[in-house]
Amino acid sequence: MTMTSETQTTVRVPQTPFAEFWSYFIQNRGALIGLCFIVFIVFLAVFADFVAPHHPHEQFRDFILVPPAWAEGGNAQFWLGTDGVGRDILSRLIHGARLSLLIGLVIVSVSLVLGICLGLVAGFFGGFVDVAIMRFADILLSMPALLLAIAIVAILGPSIVNSGLALSLVYLPHYVRLTRASVLTEINKDYVISSRVAGAGALRLMFIVILPNCLAPLIVQATLGFSNAILDMAALGFLGLGAQPPLPEWGSMLATAREFIQSAWWVVTFPGLIILMTVLAFNLMGDGLRDALDPKLKQ
Amino acid sequence: MSEQPMTQQSSETTAAKPPIMSGVGLKQHYPVKQGFMKPPGLVKALDGVNFTVEAGKTLAVVGESGCGKSTLARLLTMIELPTDGELNFEGKNLLTLDRETRKELRQRIQIIFQNPYGSLNPRKKVGSILEEPLVINGKLTKAERKERALNLLQKVGLKPEHYDRYPHMFSGGQRQRIAIARGLMMNPKVVVADEPVSALDVSVQAQVLNLMMDLQQELDLAYVFISHDLSVVEHIADKVMVMYLGKVVEYGATEDIFTHPQHPYTRALLSSTPRIDPEHRIDKIRLTGELPSPLNPPSGCAFHGRCEFANERCKVETPVLKDQSGESSVACFGIDENRLPYINR
Amino acid sequence: MTETDKSLLVVNNLSVAFGTKDNPFKAVDRVSFHVEQGEVLGIVGESGSGKSVSSLALMGLIDFPGRVTADELRFKTTDLQTLNEKARRKITGDEISMIFQDPMTSLNPSYTVGNQIMEAIEVHQGGSKKERQAKAIDLLRQVGIPAPESRINNYPHQLSGGMSQRVMIAMAIACDPKLLIADEPTTALDVTIQAQIIELLLKLQREKQMGLMLITHDLALVAEAADRVVVMYAGQIVETGPASDIFKAPKHPYTQALMNSLPESSEGKDRLNALPGVVPGANDRPQGCLLNPRCPYVTDRCRAEEPEQYGPRGRQVKCFYPLDEAGRPTV
Repeated sequence: MTMTSETQTTVRVPQTPFAEFWSYFIQNRGALIGLCFIVFIVFLAVFADFVAPHHPHEQFRDFILVPPAWAEGGNAQFWLGTDGVGRDILSRLIHGARLSLLIGLVIVSVSLVLGICLGLVAGFFGGFVDVAIMRFADILLSMPALLLAIAIVAILGPSIVNSGLALSLVYLPHYVRLTRASVLTEINKDYVISSRVAGAGALRLMFIVILPNCLAPLIVQATLGFSNAILDMAALGFLGLGAQPPLPEWGSMLATAREFIQSAWWVVTFPGLIILMTVLAFNLMGDGLRDALDPKLKQ
Repeated sequence: MSEQPMTQQSSETTAAKPPIMSGVGLKQHYPVKQGFMKPPGLVKALDGVNFTVEAGKTLAVVGESGCGKSTLARLLTMIELPTDGELNFEGKNLLTLDRETRKELRQRIQIIFQNPYGSLNPRKKVGSILEEPLVINGKLTKAERKERALNLLQKVGLKPEHYDRYPHMFSGGQRQRIAIARGLMMNPKVVVADEPVSALDVSVQAQVLNLMMDLQQELDLAYVFISHDLSVVEHIADKVMVMYLGKVVEYGATEDIFTHPQHPYTRALLSSTPRIDPEHRIDKIRLTGELPSPLNPPSGCAFHGRCEFANERCKVETPVLKDQSGESSVACFGIDENRLPYINR
Repeated sequence: MTETDKSLLVVNNLSVAFGTKDNPFKAVDRVSFHVEQGEVLGIVGESGSGKSVSSLALMGLIDFPGRVTADELRFKTTDLQTLNEKARRKITGDEISMIFQDPMTSLNPSYTVGNQIMEAIEVHQGGSKKERQAKAIDLLRQVGIPAPESRINNYPHQLSGGMSQRVMIAMAIACDPKLLIADEPTTALDVTIQAQIIELLLKLQREKQMGLMLITHDLALVAEAADRVVVMYAGQIVETGPASDIFKAPKHPYTQALMNSLPESSEGKDRLNALPGVVPGANDRPQGCLLNPRCPYVTDRCRAEEPEQYGPRGRQVKCFYPLDEAGRPTV
């Protein structure tokens, strides 16, 4: 920690793993744009109460289906226009961001945590446990994702919590497989064996020794999974199985706007656009993360 | 360092010193699936190996890949448990002890791996890599652990500021020093070194070997030094054990093995090792063929297919290593029958 | 010039740089050597010495962002630098061949051994399938593979490391090259197999009067196998000369230190004469002579200036104070 070493040993300035990762990450312009957009959306979501011009549920009876402010007949009060019952679309989108991001976060966290645990157990213990967990994952994977989610929601009843649960279960096998594969490549490395020689128990080996070295692909998968979760949640919402009205969720906003597709384009376009942009941003960032984390893995 | 010649001499006379670690009839057999509907095969990675290690001494285990030397390393450190045999440490059979005592004694046997790039957890700082064994086993406080880690860093020739760095910031030689320091954290009596310098450059290799020899003197460590590089073994070992296909074929004091190799395989190994000084070279014995498959080892002496002195008996009967308590021992019918031309004693 | 005309390969001031233009890292720095027909040239150095990069540069295998420059890069009478891609490929398959360290990954696992050898023959010599098969079997026999008729139908995973390396050699000599570059050909193999492979290489080299460039980190191997030796350190050649001279009386402190650090050079259980420090990396190359932080005989001049490589063509050294016969610096 003394400064004298630099002159003596001429060792290059040590870079923390994060600094190294960051220097790779910012080289990828797409990823950076994605990150900026996500930060922006998160900001909107967090401060929705202050940013949104109106309450998302407030119905302006005199202003039903007002076009966006710049279009003919638009009203400066409602930038992106109003929907069929006179609610401000911009405000609903901003509050919807809160809901969509939260759902995405919950779904990804639940499936990630469960997936990591199952994958670690499967990869670490092997044998019967491994077979049991992996066949279960295979069964889940063999069904079309959305169909499975619909089936589960149909059983549990349509609600935002239930559809979140259903989607978590649907994504689970991806994380299980990914974790197990990384565990299998790491488990025979010498550093794991030397921890074992030092007397480390199973839990320590799994979570403290091995897991940090498996995280890179999982982080990437989770980022990409985030966009999937938002997309599928929107799909469920569109089918009326997700968020129930009047909750301002992007997918259900699209669904209720179906009837205006011909007459009032803005009611459909803006929720669709924001879903597209958010998903794109997450995908760009996921790609950037993968590129930035990969050279580290190869080293 | 001035004490070294003395300890060397004295140990030669005190042959009665009990070994710190020994193995009796160690066997490790792995079942191998040979495909659908076929009966599983059996790979005898180790097939009845005896050895002894004395405190403060180095036993080298020499052989080519597939001879079972790495399996032996895994057994000694109890990463794997043997199929059969005894493993004694300080007079107690580790394999029959209860869990707690075994765990206690196990810490006294540590291992250093060949590849310094794989043996350190890339996501942990050097400090926490070193302290891990203490965190798991010890009752030391955080400050005490750090003190011990810094102490050992210095002992292996690294600096205190390296404590907070990650493994990828170090060269191969420095990483191997870190690995050695980690091995020493629990005050081991025996260090199993599995090809510790094979992955290093020549000049760095010498630094690490010197370090290992210094530490041996200072801490009275016993090394089980596993290597395929005979010139390194000649330098560091007190006793040498030559293995071929899971069996010990020759065992003896380093000097005897290197000046009078008896088993044809030992001799072939020695003559295949390149030497800079023409005077160190001995007549080339080029082995024909390669190591037989351990799944389907030849009958009789496993070496007979590659041995120019083999006769009918070698193909049928299996020679055994006679006596390991003596200075040297060899498993070869050619010596019993006195038909090896290079032995003129 | 009459002397150079006979040379199979002449390399003059070859440099390979990576990194940015402003801050280039010279993996190979002004390296000059030559290979005569029918001789074994050993190139020896530690990792990071640039020995492998130089051979890749010769073969035209350095991709962007690596930049290769040279004053002269001549094979027999052909200037390799002015050749277009296609002509160069023709030469580097027909007349210069290369063997790599890891035989297991050098063979394509999806094709049989025979297939891969026959492909090598087809690309450069053509011939009917039958002729090529006969040639492949003959090649396998030449490299000492038992029962070559059945072996050509094996896939690489069915061969051991030694066998795979023999197959690589068979492919390398398929077109009767004049120069064979072997980059650490035995590092991945066991000692007894290493001895077999080296013996095979030397036998083929003698029979076919090839030039053989043996690139390795193993000094003792070079001492036994090579006629002439080039010692490299941190991208530069520090010493060249006949193997017998170099290993009897090295002139460069680095060569001497390398030899002294071998366990073979010290008696009994004494400490080894280790060279302190490590080979400098990309960002920490010192001023002056690159060895100066590690050199036992360093002077102020070594820290300030970089010595030139000098001496007669066959015996050069890059040091201000080359060692005398007794191994002492000539100050």
